[in-house]
Amino acid sequence: MKKISTPYLLLLPGMGFLFTFFLLPLFNLAQTSTQTPISGGDTGQNEQTWRFGNYVDAFVANKEQFSRSFIYATIATILALAIAYPLAYAIAFKGGKLKNFMLVLVVAPFFTSFLLRTIAWKQILGEEGFVVPTLRSLGIISQSTTLTSSAFAVVAGMTYNFLPFMTLPLYASIDRIDPRTLEASGDLYANGFTTFRKVTLPLSMPGVVAGTLLTFIPAAGDYVNASILGSPQTKMLGNVIESRYFKIVDYPTAAALSFTLMAAILILVTIYVRKAGTEELV
Amino acid sequence: MRTVSRWFQRNLIRIYAVVAFTYLFIPVAYTFAFSFNDSRKSNLVWQGFTFANWQNPCGAPEVCSALGNSIKIGFLATLFSTILGTMIAFALGRYNFKGRSTTNLLIFLPMATPEIVLGASLLSLFLVFKINPGFWPTVIAHVLFCISFVVVTVKARIASLDPRLEQAAMDLYANERETFRRVTLPLVAPGIAAAALLAFSLSFDDFIITNFNSGTMTTFPKFVYTSAARGIPAQANVIGSSMFFLALAIVIIGQFVGRKRKVS
Amino acid sequence: MSDLANGARGDLKLSHITKSYGDFNAVNDLSLTIPEGSFFALLGPSGCGKTTTLRMIAGLEEPTQGSISLGSTDITHTKPYQRPINTVFQNYALFPHLTIFENIAFGLRRRGIKDVDDAVNKALNLVELPHLAQRKPTQLSGGQQQRIALARAIVNRPALLLLDEPLGALDLKLRRQMQIELKWIQKEVGITFVHVTHDQEEAMTMADTIAVMNEGEIEQMGSPADLYDNPGTAFVANFLGQSNLIKGTVSGNDGANQIIDLFGQKISLQKNRSHAVDNSIYAGIRPEKFRISRLETATSGNVLTGGKVEDVSYIGVSTQYQVLMPWGQELMVFEQNDDGVAPFSVGEPVNISWEPIFTFGLRGDEDVEAGTEVSPDEDLDEE
Repeated sequence: MKKISTPYLLLLPGMGFLFTFFLLPLFNLAQTSTQTPISGGDTGQNEQTWRFGNYVDAFVANKEQFSRSFIYATIATILALAIAYPLAYAIAFKGGKLKNFMLVLVVAPFFTSFLLRTIAWKQILGEEGFVVPTLRSLGIISQSTTLTSSAFAVVAGMTYNFLPFMTLPLYASIDRIDPRTLEASGDLYANGFTTFRKVTLPLSMPGVVAGTLLTFIPAAGDYVNASILGSPQTKMLGNVIESRYFKIVDYPTAAALSFTLMAAILILVTIYVRKAGTEELV
Repeated sequence: MRTVSRWFQRNLIRIYAVVAFTYLFIPVAYTFAFSFNDSRKSNLVWQGFTFANWQNPCGAPEVCSALGNSIKIGFLATLFSTILGTMIAFALGRYNFKGRSTTNLLIFLPMATPEIVLGASLLSLFLVFKINPGFWPTVIAHVLFCISFVVVTVKARIASLDPRLEQAAMDLYANERETFRRVTLPLVAPGIAAAALLAFSLSFDDFIITNFNSGTMTTFPKFVYTSAARGIPAQANVIGSSMFFLALAIVIIGQFVGRKRKVS
Repeated sequence: MSDLANGARGDLKLSHITKSYGDFNAVNDLSLTIPEGSFFALLGPSGCGKTTTLRMIAGLEEPTQGSISLGSTDITHTKPYQRPINTVFQNYALFPHLTIFENIAFGLRRRGIKDVDDAVNKALNLVELPHLAQRKPTQLSGGQQQRIALARAIVNRPALLLLDEPLGALDLKLRRQMQIELKWIQKEVGITFVHVTHDQEEAMTMADTIAVMNEGEIEQMGSPADLYDNPGTAFVANFLGQSNLIKGTVSGNDGANQIIDLFGQKISLQKNRSHAVDNSIYAGIRPEKFRISRLETATSGNVLTGGKVEDVSYIGVSTQYQVLMPWGQELMVFEQNDDGVAPFSVGEPVNISWEPIFTFGLRGDEDVEAGTEVSPDEDLDEE
């Protein structure tokens, strides 16, 4: 009897918290998403009418921002993977005594607020920075080209900000690879590239999956990079949700968009995890 | 020439690592450099070198109260999420029970939910119950997104624990409580510490969820975001840089002490 | 709790112990008495249930059926920390966060003993490592960790010390040395040792009594010499050393002996060394008991003729032959290289002979291969 109840006692407070402040709000958000404004009422006053058309309206009105969110997040995830993989590999296999120090370096930028760093990029790459004038005088970019206020800047900002989230899980699974398996592969006539493709990469798959999820999910819901580094033409779904909440005070649309975003991410993640073949994530 | 190119080839991955780290640290260095900018009006362009910002880090209005709020929230969110998360981790790592996979799912879901959805849904709940956004709603929001990371971190540590160590303790006359206190807990402690550190840094740096649930209260990231439009005061750079060096010092000293203890 | 820990002493008695996991019986109706003060070995291949038995004695598993008692105290359902029994774990399970001193003091402190210095130092001296007291386990070699694990258990003066494959992780030379040392320590402290191993040589070197286990049951129990010289089953005959088992029938009596017909050739077997239940029998002879001789040489005792040398391996102290018999079976023969006679060569016709008292008889319906197959996971941990 005691053996059965102990785990439930341990779970109770935490699960109670998640139920109250995660599931209940989601349920509430679902309700809000089908409300309509009270006619003649103040802004932000809604009634429950179960209008599922809200979803269609919200999606149709914002399908550009919606697709932008997923395209930007996908590109940023791929770029982060491409940048982080060799870095994680270098730390795991060539780090030697500096391994732990290098890991600290990966996390260290976190401690300068990510907003400060994003704004630093904006200023470095902005009109007053030194990069743009240099590139212009060298003729690499035209006089009218800017680096900030562009889709490029938004994607670059996301790539930069989520890089540690990609690097750490990659490192964790590459570090677990026994270097002798790589030697064995070489011994069995595989060249460097084949060894990577047939041995290193499959063995590091759990890290790839975890890293891409930890990058893609926050990137798809992000609006900070888009609002600091972007322009009105690069607005993402996050920007819309934020402004529906705080500027337009249109809770039902914001809720419907939030739900659509969450559902889309969950569907994509499920498909991805199934394909990648790693179900045990937690 | 051949030896140069061969050296280059052999060290390609190391050179790459140096480049990647440079990339990671460019904005940090920029932030640090501009903390010395003599920027009475705007911190956008370099105006001249000064120590004034470092001598008076609270010089800009609100910056230090925002920092104080962030530290208070970070501390409380870390405390609660570490306690709740560690308990869940022990239940998952040490027991077989009905509803295990449901629990795993409920832990995974908050991590798979974009912050903006977490923040927005929590705000709508607070609005329904007529709770005004502010300090405590923000703490709750932070506990919410930290808890799963704590569970995952601590659970990994528990899973790597050799069950024979606990059996050995029981064999050596330690009852369940003593076994937990003298063997299990000390061995899991580094995992709990790592989880707490992670929770604090996640909370301290959070903007999106905070923005939804803090109402008029300012936190440090919120302060930076709102002042970005008119230019961030150099004092914010001072605080950002100090946090960076402080954290780096803590981690390095921690490693040094750990290594020393191992040797002696 | 400390009453029980200090109080119970005496023989360990397992009665009708069964441990099931679902449909699978890891241990099946096992009864066993281990006399106080003995060095007892549970010997068997991986998965035979020996480790499960040990864990039930330690209290780390509860038997599905049956009871365990120590002296007159029933300990079947008491917690591990309520038993005056300590274990030397496989891979030692030293607490990595505590010093060697604190590792050894752990059990004493939990029993509320305040002054532990003397006892701990004595234990450290017993295993000859007093200078390591302030180290951490990770700074010790495998052999040193093994001794500390032993000291950590012995310091509590338990009624019973359990050793779970304690030497498995050591290299061969160190293992030999530890075998002798363990035996010496057991005599020195006078505690009952129960030793679980899959290594027959280890069991035979150290234990006064060995129980050979197979598929959750005890095949045979006795002194190492008993088991080796007169195995009762094909499994024991093959698992403990090597055996030649030849199919035959009981064809007559000659006083205290039976006459056995082995494919037309008659040999004799002492009746009290036969475990056969009817006329169908396997005659067993250990390879080193055979003598091999050229056809013209006079032979005595039991003789089998018509052999032909198939294979010769010279290994220094002895030469091992495979001899093909007329009925198609190959027999193993180990000859000491002490007679100055040149080894036989492949293809040479030979006779084989041995003293009749070395013959043992097994039931004719036995599986002659039992206990010979070495599974590939031989050295893996059980559980």
